[in-house]
Amino acid sequence: MNLHEYQAKELLAKYGLKVQAGVLATNANEAGEAFDKLGGKFAVIKAQVHAGGRGKAGGVKVVKSKQEAIEVTQNLIGKRLVTYQTDAHGQPVNSVYVSEDLYPVERELYLGAVVDRATRRVTFMASTEGGVEIEQVAHDTPEKIFKVVVDPLVGLQPFQAREVGFKLGLDSQQINQFVTMMLGSYKAFIENDFALFEINPLAIRGNGDLVCVDAKVALDSNALFRHPELVKIRDKSQENERELKASEFDLNYVALEGNIGCMVNGAGLAMATMDIIKLYGGKPANFLDVGGGATKGRVIEAFKIILADTSVKAVLINIFGGIVRCDMIAEAIIAAIKEVHVNVPVVVRLEGNNSHLGGEILSNSGLDLIAADGLADAAQKVVASLKK
Amino acid sequence: MSVLINSKTKVLVQGFTGKNGTFHSEQALSYGTKVVGGVTPGKGGTVHLELPVFNTMNEAVKETEADASVIYVPAPFVLDSIVEAVDAGIKLIVCITEGVPTLDMLKVKRYVESSGSRLIGPNCPGIITPDECKIGIMPGHIHQKGKIGIVSRSGTLTYEAVAQTTKLGLGQSTCIGIGGDPIPGTTHIDALELFQQDPQTQAIIMIGEIGGTAEEEAAEYVKSNVTKPVVGYIAGVTAPKGKRMGHAGAIISGGKGTAEEKFIAFEKAGITYTRSPAELGSTMYELLKHKKML
Repeated sequence: MNLHEYQAKELLAKYGLKVQAGVLATNANEAGEAFDKLGGKFAVIKAQVHAGGRGKAGGVKVVKSKQEAIEVTQNLIGKRLVTYQTDAHGQPVNSVYVSEDLYPVERELYLGAVVDRATRRVTFMASTEGGVEIEQVAHDTPEKIFKVVVDPLVGLQPFQAREVGFKLGLDSQQINQFVTMMLGSYKAFIENDFALFEINPLAIRGNGDLVCVDAKVALDSNALFRHPELVKIRDKSQENERELKASEFDLNYVALEGNIGCMVNGAGLAMATMDIIKLYGGKPANFLDVGGGATKGRVIEAFKIILADTSVKAVLINIFGGIVRCDMIAEAIIAAIKEVHVNVPVVVRLEGNNSHLGGEILSNSGLDLIAADGLADAAQKVVASLKK
Repeated sequence: MSVLINSKTKVLVQGFTGKNGTFHSEQALSYGTKVVGGVTPGKGGTVHLELPVFNTMNEAVKETEADASVIYVPAPFVLDSIVEAVDAGIKLIVCITEGVPTLDMLKVKRYVESSGSRLIGPNCPGIITPDECKIGIMPGHIHQKGKIGIVSRSGTLTYEAVAQTTKLGLGQSTCIGIGGDPIPGTTHIDALELFQQDPQTQAIIMIGEIGGTAEEEAAEYVKSNVTKPVVGYIAGVTAPKGKRMGHAGAIISGGKGTAEEKFIAFEKAGITYTRSPAELGSTMYELLKHKKML
């Protein structure tokens, strides 16, 4: 689960981080009032979407008057913002954050943290080269990214933060601010189960103060059970509708751009099924993991979700019936097809416990199903079914 | 010989009397696994599946002299259960539960590393030595005692490799499902090290997925430490890059972690690989034939 910029800033401010002031607006009038409330000569209107790269995509605008704040907001709200970090449809803009104008600033730094799989630690990254080109910096000049690995036994220590501060070339007063900021963000990371945290840019103002100009926070979805207050502020409008629907039924679904719908048990096998479809010249329309219990109810919901995508022209069902018996799965598939109107070819591959019995049930069902023997056969048959 | 578990391994079940614990314990018992009892706090002194139930792991280990445990408790209680197993002196802890918070796993990993215990999982199918001991949720009947060691991040994809090697008569020495979570207790490298040392294991199938750099590191390890034939596969060539937030993930991975990168790492390490999940078994069969090991 991701937080919006304004939510991340509010959360981080509670941990002692100095953040750029702002007022949330959900319509143009509110944005105008927010401009007056901030009282500055200028203000920055920032589209609130779950993606980076907003500036270049036109989602961040400096305005000089209340009227301009109203106009810019009118143009943003209700639109979808496409950035290089979103898919082609972009993310809906339902609110803007009207923020104080801090520029010009002396310097723009970068501060981020993730759970690093390689070191199995929370790892901070900082750089003097904040701003939009940070990935390029990391790629071309990795020595300009300072990393700090945190041992969970003792947590982030002030000396580690000081070391980074000195590497960033901060003066003694700024070092103190920076240490407060970094320790605060680590505390926020641990107490709220962050998966990712980023301040980019972290600005040094003309008066020497450090301020978070943008903030991104992603939460570990496995840990949401212990953060009911964060679950309340989840913005579902930023999430794919079909993916959201799938998650309600404990189905793991990701939409893709092909035309062969896939229904598989297990994430690894689901990915492998997509890969083998491609290997035989087809294009998967989705990733869908029905999980271990491929029951009638779940298979029905899975069909509904797959067929809601109008580009789907064939469906491949690939179930490795481990402990669940294949004859039960076959019956679930038949019941599902009878309930949901399926008018595309369906290739079924059942493997494992009672697979022969499952195959017999499918072929005796009177339904137009194509039985497959093995993964390769299934992929070939579903690709061939498109050519008929 | 086999890896980590055999017919003598005594297994305790944490979360014994729950739905999952009960179902999979019945399966394990009928496979022949020496399940010696289980723990469900508050139900100590009762009998479940004709086996004793204990209130604490300490008590259970003292009474049964178990050397392994399997965890079926819900995700919020996994941290507690793993630490309890470590403190009770369990040598092999297999955690099946999925959805464990990552920060809990950071702590667990740190704790397990400083103990004498080994953790497999979480979010994994478990470990099996065919015909001897099954700890976890994999279907026992597809396995066959044999010579291939299998290590995989994915459950059902492991079954795929198992079924294929069984069909070709190669069989398996031990199969380890290390789980798909970012912080696994046992890594590909740990499993490779065990298989390399095991006389029964003559060759290894290693199945990876996109994300992280564990497969790249494992490839490096194979190059300098593994003399047995290895067949590799990576799932997720077609997986979309997906929506992103910020840059931190990309910076830390340095652009690594894609399926292509992992295949390249295999190639550089001299690992035989296949791009088809339907050819895990046949690729191994050909490799062994080529090496005159069949």
